[in-house]
Amino acid sequence: MNKLDQPVAALHGVVKRYGDVTAVDGLDLEVHRGELLALLGPNGAGKSSCVSLLLGLLRPDAGRAELFGRNPQHVDVRRRIGVMLQSAELPATLRVRELLRLTASYYPQPRDLAESARLAGVTDVLARPYAKLSGGQKRRVQFALALCGRPGVLFLDEPTVGMDIDARERLWWAMRTLVGEGCAVVLTTHYLEEAEVLATRVVVLGRGRVLSEGSVDTLRAHVASTRIRCISTLPAAMIAGWPGVEKVECGGEHLIIISSAEVEGLVRRLLDSDPALRDLEVRRAGLAEAFTQLTREAEAA
Amino acid sequence: MNMAIRAGFTEAIPMSRRRLFGAYLEEARSECLRYLRAPGFMLPILLFPAVFYLMFGVLMVHGHDSAGLARFMLSSYVAFGVMAPGLFGFGVSLAIERDGGLLTLKRAMPEPPGAYLLGKMLMAMLAAGLVVLLLLVLAITMAGLSITLAQGLELLITGMLGVLPFCALGMWVGTLIKGQGAPGLLNLVYLPMAFLSGLWVPLPALPEVLRQTAPLWPAYHLHQLTQAALGLRSGSIFVHAGELLVFTVVFLLWAMWRLRRHG
Repeated sequence: MNKLDQPVAALHGVVKRYGDVTAVDGLDLEVHRGELLALLGPNGAGKSSCVSLLLGLLRPDAGRAELFGRNPQHVDVRRRIGVMLQSAELPATLRVRELLRLTASYYPQPRDLAESARLAGVTDVLARPYAKLSGGQKRRVQFALALCGRPGVLFLDEPTVGMDIDARERLWWAMRTLVGEGCAVVLTTHYLEEAEVLATRVVVLGRGRVLSEGSVDTLRAHVASTRIRCISTLPAAMIAGWPGVEKVECGGEHLIIISSAEVEGLVRRLLDSDPALRDLEVRRAGLAEAFTQLTREAEAA
Repeated sequence: MNMAIRAGFTEAIPMSRRRLFGAYLEEARSECLRYLRAPGFMLPILLFPAVFYLMFGVLMVHGHDSAGLARFMLSSYVAFGVMAPGLFGFGVSLAIERDGGLLTLKRAMPEPPGAYLLGKMLMAMLAAGLVVLLLLVLAITMAGLSITLAQGLELLITGMLGVLPFCALGMWVGTLIKGQGAPGLLNLVYLPMAFLSGLWVPLPALPEVLRQTAPLWPAYHLHQLTQAALGLRSGSIFVHAGELLVFTVVFLLWAMWRLRRHG
């Protein structure tokens, strides 16, 4: 296999159980260079277990986990990854600069300190002790530690929790920069808009299995509905009879029409039937709706 | 340069020997800095033995005109003081770092094997060295003991190496318990062991059964070595050093096995 095509991280038929609970249930997953893979799923879906398995922190009960085609527990392959975990209390009395220096020393060819600090947006707090930082600043420092070794693949477990909007957008920018350099990113997040904005591929997990996999658009297409909202005097019961209309609801003076068909014709017919129609709003189902529907289907199954 | 950087995404770049050594050094440096800056760790470790020594080794002995007793007290409180950086430096920090997720992060990061333990060990040795120096200064200035340079050095080296069995024991305790419960549990090891080893009340004054069981405790053997360093004992020190070495290796391996198994 060509080295460029080789996945940088992979799970092959991995099973992980905690007592009676099967957290990961025969999962296959591949991460390729230069892609940003978002792992989504409700709590307990197995996202963090997947990350821990890929990092070699957990051993699979069956199947195998690989980083760059090798066992993740080998220190040589870990020198090619960067990690930001959900919670890690770093040494409180060390300064940010010292934390960066220490972490960079683990890697064969790290970025220089100023560049890591700039990418993560921590240049202004380099001289501060870690304990004196705000929650958002701490997360940014952890991000700086994850990227300082010039990793080939970066694992980010809920990286933007506790960040304000500015900090979050800055982190998104940094992630894009890294992906542009050829780095692969594995991201778990609760913020769907984050996956929507960043991910080149989305994997939705539920009960330790892959529910869906593909680009954001593919996933959105899974829920092919559009929501039309307007103020109109047309009777809801009449619109409900039109072709392509799935459901009509009245919310205050607004009508909410859910359609699964081509929406342009429906809008034209609405405007023709009620010239006084106003406040028109047409919105395609986003990742959030798709995600909700996918996980609900999985629950029902 | 740019080519070499790009290559990192497709090819593993070997870690040079120099950088690997540098990583061990950085880890040790960070660990030392981190604790020397933490007054909550350093102050009790330095002050407890110093205050106890001043009360029982200087004030109580004063006027008794007994240089031998004053020396004996110094040997006892050096042993007592050296136990703490090992037990607490390793035990409490390991328990808290297991709880706070730092240990997990370190395991995921490419920290060179053993650097974490080595760093903590050096930190404990440094802290133990400071304890010994502080007690030596008190002994010379307050108790008026005359200690030769060779004796002082031997005591310092004994203290810095003698902390290691307590590092291993502290580490083992740190694998039994997570988080804030560790200091309490370690005090339950620390204080009774100091007593049972004859550090507070000299062994001849203890009941027969305690005198018989004292050699079970590493603190007893360390005490024999600190006495020897101050010229209070003659005879071979190798038995005691050997006992401590065996104790260290057993608890270190046991603790590492538990860490690997239970994380």
